[in-house]
Amino acid sequence: MYEFDYHTPQTIDDARALLSGRDDPKLLAGGQTLLPTMKQRLAAPSDLIDLRKVTGLDGITGAGDTLRIGAMVRHAAVAASDEVRQAIPALAALAGGIGDPLVRHRGTLGGSIANNDPSADYPAGCLALAATISTDRREIGADEFFLGMFETALEEDEIITGVAFPVPRKAGYAKFPNPASRYAMVGVFVAQTGNAVRVAVTGAGPGVFRVPAMETALASDFSAQAIADISVPSDGLLEDLHGSAEYRANLVTVMAKRAVQSAL
Amino acid sequence: MPTVTMTVNGKQRSAEAETRTLLVSFLREQLGLTGTHVGCDTSQCGACVVHVDGVAVKSCTLLAVQADGAEVTTIEGLAKGRELHPIQAAFKEHHGLQCGFCTPGMIMTAVDMLRRIPEPDEPTIRAELEGNFCRCTGYHNIVKAIKAASEAM
Repeated sequence: MYEFDYHTPQTIDDARALLSGRDDPKLLAGGQTLLPTMKQRLAAPSDLIDLRKVTGLDGITGAGDTLRIGAMVRHAAVAASDEVRQAIPALAALAGGIGDPLVRHRGTLGGSIANNDPSADYPAGCLALAATISTDRREIGADEFFLGMFETALEEDEIITGVAFPVPRKAGYAKFPNPASRYAMVGVFVAQTGNAVRVAVTGAGPGVFRVPAMETALASDFSAQAIADISVPSDGLLEDLHGSAEYRANLVTVMAKRAVQSAL
Repeated sequence: MPTVTMTVNGKQRSAEAETRTLLVSFLREQLGLTGTHVGCDTSQCGACVVHVDGVAVKSCTLLAVQADGAEVTTIEGLAKGRELHPIQAAFKEHHGLQCGFCTPGMIMTAVDMLRRIPEPDEPTIRAELEGNFCRCTGYHNIVKAIKAASEAM
């Protein structure tokens, strides 16, 4: 790991101020992706701005039909939260399946979505639930937030403060984890909110994406059978030593059916 | 160079460390606590697991400066004098180790596991050990030891 300067601001304003006028500053949340990347010298920020002391980024609060989770809330806390398990059990299950217990004790919601790894779990949950991402300056809908591989709508010096999840009628998440990394080979989150259904896929493509054909079919018949014959084209899907694009395309339908079953 | 201060196994410890010093290096090299191991260097194997503020984490994926002010427990902090922690005793009794390299991490993960889940069944124990590798593949007796410890505790 290369050297860097380390900062622990106490407020969002101080954190934002530290992000300006430096070579290549990076925000540090749980560090479960950033630190391994720095150890491999694939990233060499000039400054790490640790958000651990910043107030207002913590906490899980439910208010009627919305569940709000602070950006610095760890995966283990989401998985164990009575509030989340009651309001959106599929989201608690998603958080409880990220990485391993040790990673879940450090990794955060904000860190995960800011990184937008194409195989990360949270982007699928945010997109399917039509979550709203709050930052230090605005609110961004999930449809506008996730842009592509490791790419989001965030400005260089923008800081995620939390995510608001509308509470769905039903939701389910199913992933086929890579047996070594536990990242999703394919993960599908299905959510029924009102009469609309949203289906979001992670792991298969260069970024999280929705499957409109499945959404339409599930809106009129919310059953695994309704989407059994709907598949996504393999063009443009990820392809690596773990699986071909065709393999991943097939997994999308398999995991979508399992997600619907788990939501019933 | 910043001075890092933390409570390690109940004692306050301070030392200078570069910002890029990992917690595991700080514990091993600055504080001389070599029970915590470095196995993979890629955040996968769990040989470096310690507790920070009461929860198990990979100390190779945490900077020493991030643990400034924290309470840290390492494998050296479990036994009371010559009396082994019940999980250490169970690993000994059930041959939960072969070469022993992964053992400190396995035990620190197991302590955290039983704190959260006092009576885990076998599939739960195996799932909870996803972040700890045993290259001797001695999982069977590790699982047995944790099960026995959960019944003894």
